[in-house]
Amino acid sequence: MVKRIWTVMQKEFIQTWRDKSTLLLLLSLPMLQLFLFGYAVHMHVDHIPTVVADQSRDFASRAYVDGMVASGYFDVLLYVSNQAEVSDVIDAGDAQAGIVIPPNFAARREQGDAQVLFLVDGSDLYTSQSAYNAATAIAETHATQILLERFERSGQMAGERSFLSLDTMVRILYNPNLTDLWFVIPGMCAMILQTQTIALTAAAVVREREVGTMEQLLVTPIRPIELMLGKIVPNIVVAIINMLTVLAMGALVFGVPFRGSFWLFVWLALVYIFSGLGLGLLISTVSRNQQQAQQLNMALALVGLLLGGFMFPREVMPVGLRLVGNLFPLTYFIPISRGIITKGVGIEFLWEQVVALLVYVVLVMGLAVRVFRRRLD
Amino acid sequence: MDEQVVISTQNLVKQFQVKDGAVTAIDGVTLQVRRGETYGLIGPDGAGKTTTTRVILGLLTRTSGQSSILGHDSMRDTYRIRERVGYIAQQFALPGDLTVMENVRFFARVQGVSSAEQRRRIPDLLEFAGLSGFTDRLASRLSGGMKKKLALACSLVHEPQVVLLDEPTLGVDPVSRREFWNLLGDLRRERGTTIFVCTPYMDEAERCNWVGLMYEGRLIAHDSPGKIKQMVPGRLLEFKPSDFVPAWRLVPDLPGVLEVQTYGAMLHIFVDDPDRRGREIEAALAAQGITCEGMREIETRMEEAFISLIRKQSAGASDAA
Repeated sequence: MVKRIWTVMQKEFIQTWRDKSTLLLLLSLPMLQLFLFGYAVHMHVDHIPTVVADQSRDFASRAYVDGMVASGYFDVLLYVSNQAEVSDVIDAGDAQAGIVIPPNFAARREQGDAQVLFLVDGSDLYTSQSAYNAATAIAETHATQILLERFERSGQMAGERSFLSLDTMVRILYNPNLTDLWFVIPGMCAMILQTQTIALTAAAVVREREVGTMEQLLVTPIRPIELMLGKIVPNIVVAIINMLTVLAMGALVFGVPFRGSFWLFVWLALVYIFSGLGLGLLISTVSRNQQQAQQLNMALALVGLLLGGFMFPREVMPVGLRLVGNLFPLTYFIPISRGIITKGVGIEFLWEQVVALLVYVVLVMGLAVRVFRRRLD
Repeated sequence: MDEQVVISTQNLVKQFQVKDGAVTAIDGVTLQVRRGETYGLIGPDGAGKTTTTRVILGLLTRTSGQSSILGHDSMRDTYRIRERVGYIAQQFALPGDLTVMENVRFFARVQGVSSAEQRRRIPDLLEFAGLSGFTDRLASRLSGGMKKKLALACSLVHEPQVVLLDEPTLGVDPVSRREFWNLLGDLRRERGTTIFVCTPYMDEAERCNWVGLMYEGRLIAHDSPGKIKQMVPGRLLEFKPSDFVPAWRLVPDLPGVLEVQTYGAMLHIFVDDPDRRGREIEAALAAQGITCEGMREIETRMEEAFISLIRKQSAGASDAA
């Protein structure tokens, strides 16, 4: 039995090695994905192009706009004269935020009823969220500043004591600067492992059936389970190489720290890989050709991406969707991946996910072995 | 169990489930292949030859009936069968991105042939198949005929007692076909291997010791090629009429004419008495202003016998209906 598995494995390794272009694509795709995420994808946005209609043109209005620019979130692109023109510029898509400061800003500020109109392009969600948060925070700081100045002038300042009765101290753990990549890389490792193992396995089996070699193999003494194991080992190797590439590049190129135990991560990743292989085999048994297998995998990847907690938190999803998310191994591995890489915790904090993943693997592999056809009909 | 019977089926039926009901691909086939024999399963495309082979090998489940190889049931002893038989699928299906040598080695290992045995057998086998000079060539780069020879070599590497070949010469040029059949002849003579071969080519049927004619899922005749040819009553005349269609319409109604088949621009006519009927046909056609070119008696070949048997079968079926 071992000898037959080894024989199939050798054959698969030779075939994988001979198909250089596919191999190159397989090995370079994760790097490409990583660079895309690293350089192009940002979930919070700064340097938002901004248009300003400053109708006061006094020291107070200038100080306000300067405060906005100094935050780094807004770049003043253009000054116009009124609100209608601000709207026009945003409509045209030249700016994504607009500030309208009404006349007599300094005077009204003294009276305590100064208002600023802030317009945000809501068609771009991430930009508008960033702009909204930044503008609110800056305005509050600005207002506090004014309040402070007024207190100071009136001499009511009581020594060192804070005049605010409640002060919230925020400390962000694990990712203090809220760097996107620190969040993305662990999820990406999970994502890449899933899509690649599924795709490779499904392709290897379906291709065999398509070309007709399956019939020739089925009529030898190779058992289906041996054929399966022999076929998936080279895929495991490719998937692991890719995972290591992503981790190494994340650490070396993008400075993402790996805080937890590397070996724990590798062992759990291996378990996780088997879930992808099982899914791949299941896909291969229901697909008639490689295109179908690929499309199914794409669909799985997309739904997994949305529901697995890679981009959006699962806690806020409706129960139904969360249950659908449970069908994807990604859902179990992302907390493990983030736990080990970003938080640096050990198995004692992750055992629930690990158990869930193990159960998942056993179920999916069992199902795959059951439906993997020994005959042609 | 008769030791001399290598492959046997009893009332074998295979139905495929389709959207509305079932299609019967094999309709009660009973056949026996004896040791050392070359058995040709002959029939047009869609007759059920491939399905029969696959069921015998246990690649497809059977709907009812019995089938076995070397006394092993096709469904129950699938793996014991697989260790003892060789098989070439209809679609050439060896991994194309492995070399000739890698392919043969792969199948040898999978069949559990020891390394020492491999070193002894594989060179002989490649020599036998005429592939000695191509050991490092990728299988996908071989010509059609060489691919078939490689498939044969792979299916023989564990020295099986039986090989099943499903249309092994499909898409192969005539010279390579002849070479391939010469290999099969050597195989039978030198090793006494039992050969079961499906083919639509009637000239290949002539090279078998025993022939089963399959048509629409049934075995309509099985016997030695000589006997099959004798099943068609009458003797065969061949000629080329100067005006084909009127001649083809006229001849069947003449006395003593048993059957008319077309063969290109020729007519093949079974008659009771070739000399007498030949003259009568010429006279009858001459009366219509049609001349007969090259009127002569020829040997009945498998092809004519097969067409004749199929016709009788369909006529019988429509009479019954």
